Amino acid sequence: MADVTARLVRWVLLAAFAAFFLVPLIALADFSTKKPAGGRSGAAWHALISDPTLTAAVRVSVTLAILTALGMLLLLVPTMVWVRLRVPRARRLIELLCLLPLTIPALVLVVGLDNVYAWVDYLFGDSPYGLTFVYVVLVLPFSYRALDAALSAIDVRTLAEAARSLGAGWPTVILRVVLPNIRTGVASAAFVTVALVLGEYTVSSLLHYDTLPVVIVLLGKADAAESTAAALASLLAAAALLVLLSLLDRRRRAPGRTSR
Amino acid sequence: MTAQPATRPAVPAPGSGASVALRGLRRSYGDVHALDGLDLDLAAGEMVVLLGPSGCGKTTALRALAGLEIPDTGSVAIGGRDVTRTPPNKRDIGMVFQAYSLFPHLTVLDNVAFGLRLRGRTRAARRERAAEMLALVGLGAHGDRFPVQLSGGQQQRVALARALAVEPAVLLLDEPLSALDAQVRVQLREEIRRIQREVGTTTLFVTHDQEEALAVADRVGVMNAGRLEQIAPPAELYTAPATAFVAGFIGLSSPLSARVTGGRAELLALGASVPVLPGSIEGAGTALLRPESLGLVPDPSGTARVAAVSFLGAVTRYDADLPDGSRITVQAATRGVPLQVGDAVRVEVEERAVLVTAS
Repeated sequence: MADVTARLVRWVLLAAFAAFFLVPLIALADFSTKKPAGGRSGAAWHALISDPTLTAAVRVSVTLAILTALGMLLLLVPTMVWVRLRVPRARRLIELLCLLPLTIPALVLVVGLDNVYAWVDYLFGDSPYGLTFVYVVLVLPFSYRALDAALSAIDVRTLAEAARSLGAGWPTVILRVVLPNIRTGVASAAFVTVALVLGEYTVSSLLHYDTLPVVIVLLGKADAAESTAAALASLLAAAALLVLLSLLDRRRRAPGRTSR
Repeated sequence: MTAQPATRPAVPAPGSGASVALRGLRRSYGDVHALDGLDLDLAAGEMVVLLGPSGCGKTTALRALAGLEIPDTGSVAIGGRDVTRTPPNKRDIGMVFQAYSLFPHLTVLDNVAFGLRLRGRTRAARRERAAEMLALVGLGAHGDRFPVQLSGGQQQRVALARALAVEPAVLLLDEPLSALDAQVRVQLREEIRRIQREVGTTTLFVTHDQEEALAVADRVGVMNAGRLEQIAPPAELYTAPATAFVAGFIGLSSPLSARVTGGRAELLALGASVPVLPGSIEGAGTALLRPESLGLVPDPSGTARVAAVSFLGAVTRYDADLPDGSRITVQAATRGVPLQVGDAVRVEVEERAVLVTAS
């Protein structure tokens, strides 16, 4: 009897959570395909690939997401490995620095960044890809957590020293020994980065760059259906990416795999 | 599938290791002097074990030789080449760690082949060599497994195979058996000794286990407070300790008041005299007697009393109180009816040289 009750509670909770997440998505799908005069139409979804403003924004946001993920990994992985191996006392300081962006409101950040970006624009030219710098900072708190958990799960010091004793230089230690063993953390950090960049509105809007969220908001004022379709598509793309990363990770973990 | 050689694999010829010289090594961490002017030489092909209590600097010495610690002063030479400032990846060493250090994402075979890959060997050559080394450590059939699928003892065997696969000039073993259970430890230490003899690599082995040290070493170096107290073959270290610390650290010894004159020590509480070892003081001091140098004979008129009895299987250890209040430890083969606590006994002393130190 207790078993049946527990199972029932589980199913009710599962259904409640599913409804909480799925109902808004279904509503979005419904709204984006509904004609004002009645009936259904795929026009809003077709516009996602035919509207040049939207496709340009998608291209910018996806490129930004990739650049930010690469920048974050290039900055964080060697730094965190180095701190663990050479200056463990600095670990708390690095953690604090990485968490700082969480404590600063986006608006305050932008006011400060406005001056910095005057220089970034001057040095690198006025390009939306300059947002990579600020996005790398914005994703630090989340990426740090994911990478820190992965690094804590392995004995980085011993593995690095073993590799060094076998003739590996530092790049080899990081690329061939540390990275393969923290790939789950790297994948999580990369996913969080992609999700954050694809959804970031405040900074790009205030710095006047047409990223996907900015364009979705602009479209919402002109064509609500297309805007809704774009929002749902970006959500589905993020979910698909998560599943893909998870599948890739599972495939890599499969026993019997050997390096080449 | 792992290639299995039919016979015992070809390994480097004995004596292919290089000599090692550590000179005046000092390394401090704040106020703590981990190494305090350490001098140590290893002949090519020799196995030296560094032994000492926790914090004596033995691991720091090994890490300085590996290049994982840079000494504050002093020099490290391998095969006559000064490598004091050379990074570990360019020192031509192999190392087995106390913690399990196999790369979890690689198979056993790929772990062993890792160093060969960095040296640019072809895939076929490194797989062949890795299979040979796995066969050498008795794990030829485990090449396709992942480290997580091996026991602790098997992981350390693979780590040994990995370290030897690159044919290092020096093999460094940093308490590789500490994490294993007693039976596996004994088995693996014998394996290590056998393989080291076959391969002939100069080996520095660090341990805090004196039985392990005495069992495998060509020479044992006893360290204390960052310095080498004595380095000698195991039997010499045991029978002729150079300092009170070595006598106290290696095996058991009973301290007895003694007076040294003319190369002999008179043991005041026992009324016996024995020869003294070089390094002993002249005049009044403390003689350090090994348990097997002493014997207890049941004697109702004896002045000593059995204070404790410890049955250790093949031997039985007795503690006996002497009339002057000192206590001795005696070890004897277990046979017949053992003595009981409180028995009156007479103490016999074997004519064996002892170390006499200042009281």
